[in-house]
Amino acid sequence: MNLSKLVLTASLGAIALSSLATAPAAAQQAKEQYFPVLVYRTGAYAPNGAPWANGYVDYLKLVNAQGGINGVKLIFEECETGYATDRGVECYERLKGKHGGATNFQPLSTGVTFALTEKAPKDKIPLITAGYGRSESTNGAVFPWNFPLLGTYWVGADVAIQYIAKQEGGADKLKGKKIALVYHDSPYGKEPIPVLEELGKKHGFQVQLLPVAHPGVEQKATWLQIRQSKPDYVLLWGWGVMNSTALREAQATGYPRNKMLGIWWAGAEPDVKDVGEGAKGYSALTLQHGAEHNSRIAKDVLAALHAKGEGTGPKEEVGDVLYMRGLISAMLAVEGVRKAQERYGKGKVMTGEQVRWGLEHLDLDQKTLDAMGFAGVMRPVKTSCLDHMGSSWVRIQTWNGKKWEFVSPDWYQADDTTLRPMVMLASGKYAEEKNLTPRTPEECNK
Amino acid sequence: MLYRENGQFKTSYAADQQIFPITQDRWAIIGILVFAFVAVPLLVDEYMFRAILIPFVILSLAALGVNILVGFCGQITLGAGAFMAVGAYAAYNFHIRVEGMPLLVSLLLGGLTAAAVGIVFGIPSLRVRGLYLAVATLAAQFFTDWVFLRVPWFTDNASSGSVSVSNLQVMGWQINNPLNKYLFCLAILTVFALMAKNMTRSAIGRQWMAIRDMDVAAEVIGIRPLFAKLSAFAVSSFFVGTAGALWGFVHLASWEPAAFSVDRSFQLLFMVIIGGLGSIMGSFFGAAFIVVLPIALNQLLPAIGDLVGVEISTAGISHAELIIFGGLIVFFLIKEPHGIARLWSTGKEKLRLWPFPH
Repeated sequence: MNLSKLVLTASLGAIALSSLATAPAAAQQAKEQYFPVLVYRTGAYAPNGAPWANGYVDYLKLVNAQGGINGVKLIFEECETGYATDRGVECYERLKGKHGGATNFQPLSTGVTFALTEKAPKDKIPLITAGYGRSESTNGAVFPWNFPLLGTYWVGADVAIQYIAKQEGGADKLKGKKIALVYHDSPYGKEPIPVLEELGKKHGFQVQLLPVAHPGVEQKATWLQIRQSKPDYVLLWGWGVMNSTALREAQATGYPRNKMLGIWWAGAEPDVKDVGEGAKGYSALTLQHGAEHNSRIAKDVLAALHAKGEGTGPKEEVGDVLYMRGLISAMLAVEGVRKAQERYGKGKVMTGEQVRWGLEHLDLDQKTLDAMGFAGVMRPVKTSCLDHMGSSWVRIQTWNGKKWEFVSPDWYQADDTTLRPMVMLASGKYAEEKNLTPRTPEECNK
Repeated sequence: MLYRENGQFKTSYAADQQIFPITQDRWAIIGILVFAFVAVPLLVDEYMFRAILIPFVILSLAALGVNILVGFCGQITLGAGAFMAVGAYAAYNFHIRVEGMPLLVSLLLGGLTAAAVGIVFGIPSLRVRGLYLAVATLAAQFFTDWVFLRVPWFTDNASSGSVSVSNLQVMGWQINNPLNKYLFCLAILTVFALMAKNMTRSAIGRQWMAIRDMDVAAEVIGIRPLFAKLSAFAVSSFFVGTAGALWGFVHLASWEPAAFSVDRSFQLLFMVIIGGLGSIMGSFFGAAFIVVLPIALNQLLPAIGDLVGVEISTAGISHAELIIFGGLIVFFLIKEPHGIARLWSTGKEKLRLWPFPH
């Protein structure tokens, strides 16, 4: 009885203490730009979340090693979300006010993005969702605080169909084809559906929707359906263990892997490594970059951090697909701060609002990117008030059984004539629901 | 010395039957309410409201509902998450489909819809008991998961399947900042807790407890199991459904069915088991334990690590949090199988004799 009392007192004490510990940090520290980092290094999605987080943190460390942003050092803090929406929101609330305010948030989860989209405008913190999030948030007039930089799922869906059309020898050959979408049954997996249905109507192909429940290890029934209906192509919209399971099931059912095309979140090493030869021929979209072990930036990270034992995560993973994606996500945020400093004072700490301006006026041309070590990794990014995406270029990579490689050098760009009206329609509906007045061009330039 | 009812004479039936017959208890409850409504808003910051207090208040309400069914009526349920989902989505649909629907009415209609669904899924309880009933209620969980993912009508044809609400207000009172959200949820919780307390003291509550203790005997003395069990399902689901609507509307503002997954059902069941089955107070203890402890551990571990000069990795903290949390659950269940509420009542017994225990 005494022991249990002790534990009870201890746990109550812990609760009281933690409330003290979370009291907002007092005065803003001098010259430190604060980057909260939402990560998931545990749970079902950890194999994919960890390399992303390592790349993200490594880039911040690299910037510090190179002297910060015009002399402003970066500080960062991780918070574990486990890919759960409620823990993600808790992390956001915990970190947003620390050290004078967060620079930006990058939740790496569509569910958390949806929840934070409602909160970020009130707290005036930009939300960068490079390659995920709400597709209609490219419209910065309605979503001033969301930045789906480099691409959205609608871009992915459009390019996937372009690629398939090219394989078939022209968009007119798509008529009468059947394309199955095997998707993670969450907002993430459902995002591409409107675009696929729209394009299906346009080109006359049939879309078969095959949802897979979280976390995606149970797909026998899905692949049985695929065996019965024999679609011409299978689009894989999975995350984490769902991807490797899908490839194994495809192997077991004998569905040709070269007829399978994954979104960029289904095209990283953890997705195919364990399947190995079984996944040979499987292709995936990339968010511009693939595995970039030979890029200068990867070598810089190895030399500046890992050689000194200051790197994050295993050295061998530097340059892997998801590592690079984390690194590029951090780079975009850092460049947003740099841009903001050009306007609001070099060498100063930027607030969330100022960073938002910087992100909205990002202009990274090829020369700048090359100079930063991203030659061959990325194409230019230029954002504006109405376009918060900045770039919609996509490449296709193929797994050769051992590593990802670009079989053809082709770059694809999403077709804006299809997507733009859909973005305007969806964001207009959102604005109407929320009673928002979209920003006018004059307001944008302020 | 301080806590004893000697000398407090009751001269009327009303005085004898009031909820808290002991004067000190009454004052304590009034004190807690004043503290929660007045002192807390003055003391805590936004993080405490949003990350801890609002989830705690809403999940306490859900735990109260689950406790009515599991603790008072003895029907084990694993479908609490499902009824939360029904409450949330029903309230959402009433809110957006009916022009000018007041917030409070949509929330309560959400609760009522959950009650109706609860009755339907409670029907198996007339034939099966115990673990088998738990499995039957699990069906509710999978059914609602399926419905809200697959039937686009319920999510207003949202392409992503995620729904959101905003501009909440009750008669001109904007529920837009953390303080107002907290006060709104707390007010609802207070009314519902009072309702629950009174219900468990009245005829219907006694019927539930009779069914729980021995249903055959209860039937012999004239209690209808059909009515008693289904009413417990209805009331419980009403509470849980309202909590679900609050969780969606006030806490998350934008949600998907994953917010009410089977994990949530387990969480709620653990709350009432750890807090104390058949105890109103226990529901609050359980909710506090499950909501606050993991977050507290998560923040305390790095602080402790700093003290001894060890840096714990993010993954390490997360793993340690689960290990310690799980360990504490097992510890409490072994040392106090009747839940934290029992510790509370033992404490009160001791206090009565203090400072001269015999």
